[in-house]
Amino acid sequence: MRGGISRPNFQGESPDHPLKPDSDTTMALLKKSVCLWIALGAFLLTLPSAYAQSPAEPDFPTLVDELASGSLSKRGKTVEAIAATNHERAQTVLKALLEGSLESTRSDPRQVLIETGTDTYVLAANGEAVNADNLGRTKRIPIHNKLRSQIKTLLAQMNLSAADADVRLRAVEQMISDGVDGDSIALLQQLKADESSSDVQDAMDDAVALAQLESSDNETRLNAAKQLRGSLYPEVRGALQIVADNDSESSIRAEAQRSLDSIDSKLKMFRLGENIFFGLSLGSVLLLSAIGLAITFGVMGVINMAHGELMMIGAYTTWVIQQAFPNQIEYSLFMAIPAAFVVSGLVGIAIERGVIQFLYGRPLETLLATFGISLILQQAARSIFSPLNRAVSLPEWMSGSLQINPAFSITFNRLYILLFGLMVFFALLAVLKKTSLGLKVRAVSQNRPMARAVGVRASWVDAMTFGLGSGVAGIAGVALSQLTNVGPNLGQAYIIDSFMVVVFGGVGNLWGTLVSAMSLGVINKFMEPFAGAVLAKVLILVLLILFIQKKPKGLFPQKGRAAAD
Amino acid sequence: MKLKKLLKSIGVLGASCTLALSSLTTSAQEEDTIKVGVLHSLSGTMAISETTLKDTMLMLIEEQNKKGGLLGKQLEPVVVDPASNWPLFAEKTRELLAQEEVDAIFGCWTSVSRKSVLPVVEELNGLLFYPVQYEGEESSRNVFYTGAAPNQQAIPAVDYLMNELEVKRWVLAGTDYVYPRTTNKILAAYLQSKGVAEEDIMINYTPFGHSDWQNIVSDIKRFGSSGKKTAVVSTINGDANVPFYRELGNQGISAEDIPVVAFSVGEEELSGIDAKPLVGHMAAWNYFMSVDTDENNAFIDQWLEYIGNEDRVTNDPMEAHYIGFNMWVKAVEKAGTTDSDAVIDAIVGVEVPNLTGGTSKMLPNHHITKPVLLGEIQEDGQFLTVWETDGLVAGDAWSDYLEGSKDLKSDWVELDCGNYNTKTKKCVGATAE
Repeated sequence: MRGGISRPNFQGESPDHPLKPDSDTTMALLKKSVCLWIALGAFLLTLPSAYAQSPAEPDFPTLVDELASGSLSKRGKTVEAIAATNHERAQTVLKALLEGSLESTRSDPRQVLIETGTDTYVLAANGEAVNADNLGRTKRIPIHNKLRSQIKTLLAQMNLSAADADVRLRAVEQMISDGVDGDSIALLQQLKADESSSDVQDAMDDAVALAQLESSDNETRLNAAKQLRGSLYPEVRGALQIVADNDSESSIRAEAQRSLDSIDSKLKMFRLGENIFFGLSLGSVLLLSAIGLAITFGVMGVINMAHGELMMIGAYTTWVIQQAFPNQIEYSLFMAIPAAFVVSGLVGIAIERGVIQFLYGRPLETLLATFGISLILQQAARSIFSPLNRAVSLPEWMSGSLQINPAFSITFNRLYILLFGLMVFFALLAVLKKTSLGLKVRAVSQNRPMARAVGVRASWVDAMTFGLGSGVAGIAGVALSQLTNVGPNLGQAYIIDSFMVVVFGGVGNLWGTLVSAMSLGVINKFMEPFAGAVLAKVLILVLLILFIQKKPKGLFPQKGRAAAD
Repeated sequence: MKLKKLLKSIGVLGASCTLALSSLTTSAQEEDTIKVGVLHSLSGTMAISETTLKDTMLMLIEEQNKKGGLLGKQLEPVVVDPASNWPLFAEKTRELLAQEEVDAIFGCWTSVSRKSVLPVVEELNGLLFYPVQYEGEESSRNVFYTGAAPNQQAIPAVDYLMNELEVKRWVLAGTDYVYPRTTNKILAAYLQSKGVAEEDIMINYTPFGHSDWQNIVSDIKRFGSSGKKTAVVSTINGDANVPFYRELGNQGISAEDIPVVAFSVGEEELSGIDAKPLVGHMAAWNYFMSVDTDENNAFIDQWLEYIGNEDRVTNDPMEAHYIGFNMWVKAVEKAGTTDSDAVIDAIVGVEVPNLTGGTSKMLPNHHITKPVLLGEIQEDGQFLTVWETDGLVAGDAWSDYLEGSKDLKSDWVELDCGNYNTKTKKCVGATAE
């Protein structure tokens, strides 16, 4: 069936139309191809019984139509038969089935379609576009995990000779995780000869060696155990463990143990790296949520209990932007960042002008008033957006992970948020150090009467500073919307942590905030594995209290006259 | 002009008077109604889940009234709002039983609210129908547990994983409160009784609303890479699930590698979120909205029409209320009265159809028989049933796998005791926990 795309409208024919001996299909089967390693006998056995008497096997369109009906186990057989036809659309159809975009019409005869976008469909068997208006309601063809892994395996086999080296590598990795059998050793060795990418070659070597670990020949097993030294695939480790424990030959057991040790020492290193990354990533979240507070609390001295709610506003802004531009999810975050800054900033300025400006120098009243504001904002979110959490979608580029090797990967969302946190930090530092607003902010915070005497409008600077801190909180909200649930209680979860970070770092010092956020993050993540998530948090708080006893002004206390009052 | 206005207002006044009078007379007639208490939080954190159950109850009562009520009387719902506040649950129960004199209460969601209500219901000899899956280890003469006991949800799910998926290593992950802790204790004991070694079980608890799952997911990944098939049994509650499944997806753990079976994730929880990262993961319940039976389709149509929103879903606790309410109706008809003692005697043995095509029966231990279904999550937030128990499973109040509880038996008919110790042949009474 190679090249047989433009088969005329098969839907019109009756489901069991006479099957002409399809010479193309037979040809394709005989061709030297990946299909070789699906044994022909198994293929014939898996044919649906309706065609058992039929002289020729069902052709591709018929098989595709069969996907729409029958039980899950029958669907599994059909899937295998589709893969065996080696039809050029087989891969597309199976992929669509795996991703849940393969649908069928509800009326007879059932048409099997691939949904290519919102309400656009093509016929699964030949890729022809169909008019969505006359289809009526369509139903997704359901699959379960067993079928899903079966399709993944079949796709991997097809992908072994794909043009893209990454796809080939993933195909080999899929084979490793499925378990490699004797038949595939030959295939892999043959493919390896033509392989251009060294990564793929290494993976193929590992796959072959993994299969050879079960060989009956001692020499082969010994070499395989040697070859697998340092290989990081979890399946390899499991297989080596079995050999090291149970093999009949003591030399092989020892060899397997040596390979295992080398793997374990590598794993240990990667685990350390992973833990540090987790810590830094938690630290970046702490940094983002605390950095706005470092300005309002640290520089202005306002205890703003509504800080968490300003983050919540930023997170809701992200959601609103996504609702307003449903087709631009990929870019929504870039729109949300300035929007959240402006919205939260304006709310911040309103809070400062409306309440806080009357309470400067009365910290207790400020605390109570801002706590009241935080409750008002939470309830406002409940009334406007409903008490249920809102689903903020992740752009494609935020999901998945950067696979460095089979044992170590970094998730993209955490990586980007870490970078983003640092960017925000340095931007804010630049604003405070290099701009005229920054100069005025520092002047007012250090000596208000003197600043006023030289012509700084102190109350305007207060409003702007508070707005800046609030705007940064809004930006943090955008980042948090990618990590956690966006709901009225979002801010509450972060307010304590934010104060903790600012106090630990030293009030009024941005660098202190950076160092304290990162160190608290790393300490937390190193404690979590053996203390548990709950206890780790408690321990951090206890350590912090002890630390404050020793150094009441935090890691980096302000020096000089400003610190005196 | 003025006169006209005056006349008009007199007219309005008169009209409202007649209205008031007529409503007076109807309320006089309504003295002869049967009152049903609905005790679900309509505000606070639990409102998300419990409001749906209040609506379900109102729908069931309305339906029953259309059919002519009960014992020739109309049913009258009395709705109170305990506001997700556990002590308030007890106060509201007292209000329902002592002031409103309701004949039955349908309510509670969390175990802690049930524990708070329990002494009041027992003291005032009321009836409580509790519709949510719970940790077991409790039996009261006045409470009917229409949700799943651990042996009707957790144990069959673990059996499925063990037998069908050949899972050898287990992660028991939960939120840190009573239901996950007790359930995991039972599961750990059960697994060990099946020969699972201690190092093959990993137990992890996280606080409510936990959002940083990086280490835990990476621990699970490492735990699962020892060459033995691994599964996660999750009693993680509420919104912490979203970042958990997201992190699983981001770290590349798919449902085929390490499936997660959840006991607290249902259609309602899935309806608000993007289900993509959850596809293929599983949940164990006694009911799925996707089950294709005539009863269920009728129930779904009725619900969608009642609530007036095509996008709403049905879920397991709703079915539990459906069963519980119908059982109560049948028992009252059988007893010929709504008197608590008579109903308690009459309800044991009552059978009503459930929504999955079977017939559930009230047992002497005040639990019911239910089928157990395992479903895989699909893109649309619905479940695809992949396995179900052959017949119905009888709810067991006291777990057979816990020390101290395995000798206890609950039977309110023959023994008139909720915690009879079969070894010492004594009813432990109120002291048993």
